[in-house]
Amino acid sequence: MKRLLTTALLSRAAKPVLFLVCLLPLAWLVYAAATRQLGANPAEALIRRLGDWTLRGLWLTLAITPLRELAGLAALARFRRMLGVFTFTYASLHLLAYGWLDMGLDFGDIAVDIAKRPFILMGFTAWLLMAPLAATSFNKAIKALGAKRWQALHKAVYAVSVITLLHFIWMRAGKHNFAEPTVYGVILTVLLGWRLWKRASAKRVRLG
Amino acid sequence: MLIRTPAPHEPLPSDITPRSAYLNRREALAGLGLAAASPLALAQAAPGGGKLAKLPGARSAVAGALVMDKLTSYADASSYNNFYEFGTDKADPAAHAHTLKARPWTVSVEGECAKPGRFDLDALLKLSAMEERIYRLRCVEGWSMVIPWVGYSLAELLKKAEPTSKAKYVEFTSLADKSQMPGVRSGVLDWPYIEGLRIDEAMHPLAMLVFGMYGEVLPNQNGAPLRLAVPWKYGFKSAKSIVRIRFVEKEPLSSWTKAAQQEYGFYSNVNPNVSHPRWSQASERRIGEDGLFAKKRPTLMFNGYEAQVGQLYAGMDLKKNY
Repeated sequence: MKRLLTTALLSRAAKPVLFLVCLLPLAWLVYAAATRQLGANPAEALIRRLGDWTLRGLWLTLAITPLRELAGLAALARFRRMLGVFTFTYASLHLLAYGWLDMGLDFGDIAVDIAKRPFILMGFTAWLLMAPLAATSFNKAIKALGAKRWQALHKAVYAVSVITLLHFIWMRAGKHNFAEPTVYGVILTVLLGWRLWKRASAKRVRLG
Repeated sequence: MLIRTPAPHEPLPSDITPRSAYLNRREALAGLGLAAASPLALAQAAPGGGKLAKLPGARSAVAGALVMDKLTSYADASSYNNFYEFGTDKADPAAHAHTLKARPWTVSVEGECAKPGRFDLDALLKLSAMEERIYRLRCVEGWSMVIPWVGYSLAELLKKAEPTSKAKYVEFTSLADKSQMPGVRSGVLDWPYIEGLRIDEAMHPLAMLVFGMYGEVLPNQNGAPLRLAVPWKYGFKSAKSIVRIRFVEKEPLSSWTKAAQQEYGFYSNVNPNVSHPRWSQASERRIGEDGLFAKKRPTLMFNGYEAQVGQLYAGMDLKKNY
């Protein structure tokens, strides 16, 4: 079973297939918007669903390493970069949809809104922190930075994930509706908790 | 002879499309086979649209009761609702409100009045002549609709109860029944939903007791079988599925004020100059009309009803009395 999975993951088709899968939510949203299937307030629906897919993409990206180790599927590592770059793409579209559809690209209004609504500030901060990660996602960037520095920089993804979760919780706080943020919070706790546990046990081994 | 000059937002009687005419146009469009292409026809084809009991109303003669704005489609007005008794998502009421039993229904009128009593829904339906009024609805969240309500001035009912001089405010209580309303099991708000108006606001002819919309009885998700429409205030002031109306001496504590006093004041008049603590109220998105890339439209003072209701607040600091 594992060998079969590894063969599939290593096949030449795997990356193009993942690429298309990552495009599906966007394709569906564009189609739904064009055919008026986004309900009474399509702008709001678009902004929120792009945000949902950013969260899902980020959590999936963070799930690659634990899955790789726990399931013994080293081949999964091939897909982490693509998932990360797609997450940034959805985050950028989410930000663009907010700035354009909600705020009419009025930068004065946007600045006031960011100052007035902490959850928007959180979302914007998360996007800002994500941008250098996306910008250094090429092989050449890794070489130029050196693997160590590149890795240190990309640890920022942990901060991004926590800020993104706060953004989501804060947004839902207006309606006291915490069901979904709780699910995302539990999953993130597992994803980050596993890493902390790994680090702690690695230290123990070294000390021993 | 008195020659009336219409206020800026008051339409000329000749500008208003009679209901029969717009319905005829829809039928004509459907007849031409344009059903799929026409948003109006789409609205008619939506579940509930044209399927509920008819409740016609004569065109209202109340000043300001018929705005000229384009109507929101029935589909949008009955699928995008805030009615937390059925869930906090705006799609929840349409999905869950089928469990509401809108009949039989009684409304208790009590408190500081000479003639308190319990009114059966049928008695309320006959209490005064049904009028159709086209009101703007501005939600505190920053979106708006234009809805043809059917009902009559709330004052018609209030006067029957003969409020005493102690009746300074009117308090409205909505149904809160866990077996019919799944949202009441959650602690989002302190149930039952309470709203209130000052007596002069409640007696204003534009404050409307609503039984229907778009020529039909209210769909459950819009507050069946009866609700308020107070068009110059944010939507949450218009209590839905009302079971009790009480005349009181002290200002009622409404549910949203109780939940977040800094954010939702007792008056909650639509006011583009007073921001919600977390967002601006200067503009709004008109549901179904403004395109995806259109800039939001400016919000009007008192939602465009300043000429009719502005004097109610003469001398009041609206920043303090938000």
